[in-house]
Amino acid sequence: MILAALADALGLLLAGDATLWGIIGLSLSVSLAASGIAALVGVPAGAALAVVRFPGRRGVVVAVNALLGLPPVVVGLALYLLLSRAGPLGGLGLLFTPAAMVLAQAVLATPVVRALAHRAAAGAWAALGDELQMDGAGRLRAVPVLLRTVPGGVLTAVLAGFGRTVSEVGAILVVGGNIAGHTRTMTTAVALETARGNLPFALALGVVLLGISLGVNAVAFAVARGGR
Amino acid sequence: MLLALMLVLPVQARAQSRFITVASTTSTEQSGLFAHLLPAFTQATGIGVRVVAVGTGQALKLGERGDADVVLVHDRAAELRFVAAGWGVGRREVMHNDFVLIGPQSDPAGVMGGRDTVEAFHRVAAARAPFITRGDDSGTNAAELRFWRDAGIDPKTAGGGWYRDIGGGMVAALNAAAGMGAYTLSDRGTWLAFANRADLTIVVEGDLQLFNQYGAMLVNPARHPSVKAAEGQAFIDWLVSPDGRAVIAGYRVGGEQVFFPEGGG
Repeated sequence: MILAALADALGLLLAGDATLWGIIGLSLSVSLAASGIAALVGVPAGAALAVVRFPGRRGVVVAVNALLGLPPVVVGLALYLLLSRAGPLGGLGLLFTPAAMVLAQAVLATPVVRALAHRAAAGAWAALGDELQMDGAGRLRAVPVLLRTVPGGVLTAVLAGFGRTVSEVGAILVVGGNIAGHTRTMTTAVALETARGNLPFALALGVVLLGISLGVNAVAFAVARGGR
Repeated sequence: MLLALMLVLPVQARAQSRFITVASTTSTEQSGLFAHLLPAFTQATGIGVRVVAVGTGQALKLGERGDADVVLVHDRAAELRFVAAGWGVGRREVMHNDFVLIGPQSDPAGVMGGRDTVEAFHRVAAARAPFITRGDDSGTNAAELRFWRDAGIDPKTAGGGWYRDIGGGMVAALNAAAGMGAYTLSDRGTWLAFANRADLTIVVEGDLQLFNQYGAMLVNPARHPSVKAAEGQAFIDWLVSPDGRAVIAGYRVGGEQVFFPEGGG
């Protein structure tokens, strides 16, 4: 079954099916955009939270760590209620668009990126904090320096964010609507083909998705290595 | 971030400038009808159609909240309520097909070949044969619950674990039935397009009570100004036009006609 799926997946890609490539393109662009936003928010936030000391910090850390367990379908539902025409942001007309999917996935990926960036920064702070010797708000200025000492940790955080987005289905199904040619991604297509009983085709799509994830990770590591 | 924007913008730009959003049912989407129908409509009018395929109950809810321009579903009673409450206007009966009772070849309830659906439901309950219900407030789910009511049986309180609620779409229910050797009610279109049949087969069909009609409504623009009334109405008008009827009638799965337009075709 798995071998057949591998062969089917290769066949699908080589056949150059425009619909499939469209779906792959949308999956990649939505996930990259969402993990990009998550990185921009999550990396600085995680590092800042690792070095700055303030009353109630422990409680904040526990709270943001709890966001790691956000159920995607609940995020999707909350965003649906916000973006629905009858909701407070309905006027934007974002429901059932790729932008809504980017938003949903960014919400899901940011806590992952933040938690891992926090960890990397905390380690670096333990090693270098004395050297940097700053306190209070001054510690914030150490964040960019700290992060530059742990490029591997930051990369891992960003890739974990990408992993969360590219594999996600529950939230984007609700806010994207799985509309053919518009908001259908790899994961929602797999869900649909499974629902249709096209199990071999669904599995082949899954293999393609895995390949994409592998490719993105390989490129990221190659770039990181080259940049060092 | 720039990279992210560069990647998202072309995705947005690719979207068709004139389009409507149609909330419809899993049966129309999963049977493959829309893939056959929509290109013909778009070619004729230049209007793109984005279909959100959910259960009938959820599709009506999307209309109620103004998240769709047109609703195309199959639960006459719920549709009439939707119109009466002022959420939808201009309801048209578009097409029909029929429901079929699906079950395993082994037929533990002994209903094979019958034409009386209520009688078949009686026998399934008496035999405590596994039965899959969609449980998702879809049009098919509503029809199934009507049969139980007509049979005077409340399967949810019957006990014994034979009545199984999967809370999912039509093919999810068929997949579950295939996996468990269970009975389930399906629309014929989805059944014909269903690939993973295992040893399932049609056990009851041809009962007049199994009639399954699809109606289309425009979401009331007076309630939701964002509704694209002209384009949405054009879609409904096209569905019931001779052209639209011919395209609906022309959809075949394995050589069989799946949907029958109202007014012949």
